[in-house]
Amino acid sequence: MLTLQFVPYEEIEGLTSNERIRKLLGMVKDERIVVLEGRLRKEEETALIKRTMEEINDRFKGIELSVVYPERRKGTLGRMLKNNITDMLLGQRQGLTVLGPASLIKEIKKDPDKIQLFTQDKKKRRKR
Amino acid sequence: MLDAINKFIQKVLRDLFRKKKHVKLGLYGPPNGGKTTLANRICQDWLGEDMGIVSSIPHETREIKIKEQISIKSGKKELSFNLVDTPGIATKIDYEDFVKHGLSVKKAKERAKEATKGVIDAIKWLDDMDAVIVVLDSTYDPYSQVNITIIGNLQARNIPVLIVANKVDLKKADMKKIEAAFPQYKVVGISAKYGKNMDNFYDLLFKLVK
Repeated sequence: MLTLQFVPYEEIEGLTSNERIRKLLGMVKDERIVVLEGRLRKEEETALIKRTMEEINDRFKGIELSVVYPERRKGTLGRMLKNNITDMLLGQRQGLTVLGPASLIKEIKKDPDKIQLFTQDKKKRRKR
Repeated sequence: MLDAINKFIQKVLRDLFRKKKHVKLGLYGPPNGGKTTLANRICQDWLGEDMGIVSSIPHETREIKIKEQISIKSGKKELSFNLVDTPGIATKIDYEDFVKHGLSVKKAKERAKEATKGVIDAIKWLDDMDAVIVVLDSTYDPYSQVNITIIGNLQARNIPVLIVANKVDLKKADMKKIEAAFPQYKVVGISAKYGKNMDNFYDLLFKLVK
């Protein structure tokens, strides 16, 4: 059985970068697929990869991660202004982040506005 | 506003640093994209020697490797840099994948451990780079989060980036997909293994670093 856990942005908004990473990685290590409202900062994404590498062992093989974020297309001055205001108001709350244990998720494909999540086959999971 | 001031200070410091010392040119990307093959090609072209060992097993490069004072020339222009070959950045490392490539369990576990350390080191070194070549396998999907995270981090640090679409000699290569995925960056299609389109690559390297 796969467990999907939705995490509203409010749950991580007040946390430090370290706390955010610890919280998300903790859920993933609990074999849950996390669907986070919004996204981490770029430096938090690399910190998440670093922490993941530190914690890899025979049981925990790492994570699969994907962020969907609508790309801002260049347009008129009005549109750029509107985009900037939206960014200022919503910040990292925009978009969606999906992450889960590599032992459950084989691959996350992004194309670029849809996400396809491929799970590992059951036999392989049982073996682990 | 503070972010803009911070970026400006970083740029000024980087420019000052560049004028004083050799530029640190980093090779970054996911495993098996051809970073070491490209490093070897550059070193062979300008020094007549290899830089590292290449293998079809992922995570062959597990330590940062530096080749100092490489000088390349194009007409009257000359560019000197220290080339930094980094381990491939990944979000997962499973020793069983190495076993599938024929390694013993013991060797596979050792390799996995070294590979995780290599990824951490590669990330730590990001801050030290003056310019970065992101090496992607043009037969693979460019929209992987690792690619986006690496390039996003370089952008946030204001580090100049050139994207190399490697392995264009292969039938499945799709350079246009890489260009579509990262429209804000210059993408050059090469075959580091066979030296295809390297002149164009060096021209763009001059533009990136100067």
